[in-house]
Amino acid sequence: MGEHHGPAKGISRWFLTTNHKDIGALYLWFSFAMFLLGGSFAMIIRAELFQPGLQLVEPEFFNQMTTMHGLVMVFGAIMPAFVGLANYMIPMMIGAPDMALPRMNNWSFWILPPAFTILAGTLFMEGGGPNFGWTFYAPLSTTYAPPSVTFFIFGVHIMGLSSIMGAINIIATIVNMRAPGMTYMKMPLFVWTWLITAFLLVAVMPVLAGAVTMMLMDIHFGTSFFSAAGGGDPVLFQHIFWFFGHPEVYIIILPAFGVVSHIIPAFSRKPLFGYDSMVYATASIAFLSFIVWAHHMYTVGMPVAGELFFMYATTLIAVPTAAKVFNWITTMFRGSLSFETPMLFAIGFVVLFTIGGFTGLMLSIAPADFQYHDTYFVVAHFHYTMVAGAIFAMSASVYYWIHKWTGRRYNESMGKAHFWISFLGFNLTFFPQHFVGLAGMPRRIPDYALQFADFNMMSSIGAFIYGASQLLFLYNVIATIRSGKKDDTAKTWDGAEGLEWEVPSPAPYHTFSVPPQVK
Amino acid sequence: MCFKAKQLCKLVLYPAIVLLSIFGGSAWAEEAQRWQVNMTPGVTEIGHKIFDLHMLVFWICVITGIGVFAYLIYSIVAFRKSQGAESAHFHENTTVEILWTVIPFLILIAIAVPSTKTLLEIYDTDDADLDILVTGYQWKWKYEYLDANGENVSFFSNLSTAQGEIYNAEDKGQHYLLEVDEPVVVPVGKKIRFLVTANDVLHSWWVPAIAVKRDAVPGFINESWTRIEEPGIYRGQCAELCGRNHGYMPIVVHAVEQEEYDAWLAERKAKAAQIKELMSKNFTLDEQMEAGKAIYMSACVACHGVNGEGGVGKPIAGSPIATGEITGLINILVNGKPGSAMPAFGNQFNDVDLAAVITFARNGFGNNMGDVVQPIDVYNFKQGQ
Repeated sequence: MGEHHGPAKGISRWFLTTNHKDIGALYLWFSFAMFLLGGSFAMIIRAELFQPGLQLVEPEFFNQMTTMHGLVMVFGAIMPAFVGLANYMIPMMIGAPDMALPRMNNWSFWILPPAFTILAGTLFMEGGGPNFGWTFYAPLSTTYAPPSVTFFIFGVHIMGLSSIMGAINIIATIVNMRAPGMTYMKMPLFVWTWLITAFLLVAVMPVLAGAVTMMLMDIHFGTSFFSAAGGGDPVLFQHIFWFFGHPEVYIIILPAFGVVSHIIPAFSRKPLFGYDSMVYATASIAFLSFIVWAHHMYTVGMPVAGELFFMYATTLIAVPTAAKVFNWITTMFRGSLSFETPMLFAIGFVVLFTIGGFTGLMLSIAPADFQYHDTYFVVAHFHYTMVAGAIFAMSASVYYWIHKWTGRRYNESMGKAHFWISFLGFNLTFFPQHFVGLAGMPRRIPDYALQFADFNMMSSIGAFIYGASQLLFLYNVIATIRSGKKDDTAKTWDGAEGLEWEVPSPAPYHTFSVPPQVK
Repeated sequence: MCFKAKQLCKLVLYPAIVLLSIFGGSAWAEEAQRWQVNMTPGVTEIGHKIFDLHMLVFWICVITGIGVFAYLIYSIVAFRKSQGAESAHFHENTTVEILWTVIPFLILIAIAVPSTKTLLEIYDTDDADLDILVTGYQWKWKYEYLDANGENVSFFSNLSTAQGEIYNAEDKGQHYLLEVDEPVVVPVGKKIRFLVTANDVLHSWWVPAIAVKRDAVPGFINESWTRIEEPGIYRGQCAELCGRNHGYMPIVVHAVEQEEYDAWLAERKAKAAQIKELMSKNFTLDEQMEAGKAIYMSACVACHGVNGEGGVGKPIAGSPIATGEITGLINILVNGKPGSAMPAFGNQFNDVDLAAVITFARNGFGNNMGDVVQPIDVYNFKQGQ
């Protein structure tokens, strides 16, 4: 070490850095800030829904909260969190000194904060922020949108640009910079799932950019892509949006699959049961994600042949997903299990994601979806996959690798408390939402009929508990960084496998200056 | 050993009994109940088929779930390192992997068959006995009964819950947010086809008990149908986010016997004829104020306030438009104000009602302009533009 290899000093280190670990850390902190912001929007939603009637906010503001909650969580919290994790971990896992395109890496992070400043700034503009749901269906998001929609479109463009650059960088890194001997079928699963995710990103983010550009044209330049009055079609918007939107949900969940496939073998002290089938399952899910988009639109009035096609294709996703779940559990079977915080979150992930998978199968059945569609049943379903899926996996990753990042140990009891409070709060929030959804409560309403009151109050209490538990998480992370027990052991966990565990903790600024040989 | 087995039985049986008692019963009332946890089978054949399909997939998920979670829990309990478990090192087993791919696939096919059958029935909208055109507006529904002789009956259906209930100033009634001023009335035992469209943004017409949910798309007409078996009142809501008052545009369906329906329809037609007559009548200020106030309190109050003080909309009390040139006021009621929340009411109300509410705006809330707007004034304005 020495010479120019160390980080620069002061604030310019963070602005000018091209180091994958610095940029990874920036992404992770940024996403956590967005997680708290999006979470506070959720708290406002749940506080209003605590009782029937309007107590705290007006319907107009409520709609802005549901919209911004979705946008901030999807584009600001979950996606950047996994990009940050990819930045930090992929070079270490494949034995590379850094990402392939370090300057672009800097740029792809630093355009994000302005994008979200613009997005959050719309809340203070005349007419308020986006109020048309995170799916921004036309014409509510075009002809009938508040003026701030133009800023929203600009924000989405910048986020898309950031994601595409990040994805290209990840592909370039994985394809070109693997250590000698690391063939594709020897890559760690997190690297595999991210490689596939990155291809999904490159394929669909331009589609999203196209959708918002068409909106911009409709709003300002007199086109009628989404207006029947001018020869367009509002349903066209939904097709384009979900052609992006469905792969998007796998963009969110595939890296989580990767992380869990590292953690479960580590704490079972046993190799992953079926590495090859995990890779193939991931690839099949990615392929299927492109041909199922219209299952979000069963009630829109498609021809019956279209409905049948999308129904059959959607149910097929259950096959590779089930293979993954069986794989994880069979990895644990006849292992030697211990239950540190990362493992608790990983097991929580498997259990709750499986429940989300079951409700997903139910939703895929078109005739039944006529009753489920746009109800709280759907809200419950996707929070089981997004929160208990992506966010539980993200929490697991932080506990799993934080010692590698900081060279300090986190507080295990506090970590376990974080898990149990999250697990309880999460289920208290979202399990009752299945019930109110089936009983007929539509989503995105600020007020509801009296028979839904009991479960909604339960849901709100759960949400406050879940929200509070994240502050415990923040405290634990900060306490670890500032005063956690120092320990430079290379291998944090005795059962962990992979190149990242062969360097000291914290990992050197440029992890591998000489590529390691992989057998 | 015996004791253990008994305990195990309890452990498995109790949750199963609880689940069965929750999900097994199919005697749901037409309306959602407190603590209701499941979908209603409703009062139509299709609704029952959808419910059965839902329960089939649900039980498949429950049984699979019990298997998967039992396997997981067993692995967690039996192979703890703290209990001295040593890890085996096996991995990859083609037979097992093929099995857990093929078995789910076969289950999916078993689900696909009944799903396809039910879906095809839902899509069979032919040979309807009655056609109703349903149009979604921000934030109300319009129903138009299509008549072969062109004598269509049409009306708007608004939320009838008082603002005071919503803002917690009054006690909430039993049908809070699920009640309307004009329900849609339909005969039982007849195949009713709904032609669903929208006037402004997307809406979705959904009544769980009659198993109809269709998106209302401006510029396009979607079809759906139902045949209601039992007379009753069935309630639903808009299911597609449509702006500020998305949560406040419920649907109420009155299913009645054929004779009752015929009588209702005849009365409706007579009323339409009566309005035609009223068009040429000269109303007094008091008559117009009384009628106008009633309309204001159902259609305008949400935005303009109980005392005309404004809110989302501009204040009416002392408003330069309400107290200015009379055609300006008629214009804004008929055509709305593009780019603002003020909708065009020209096609939503008849000229008799428009005249009344315009008179109310000119003379209510201390505006006291003293002039009376007659239906013919509104009619002439519309003709002149």
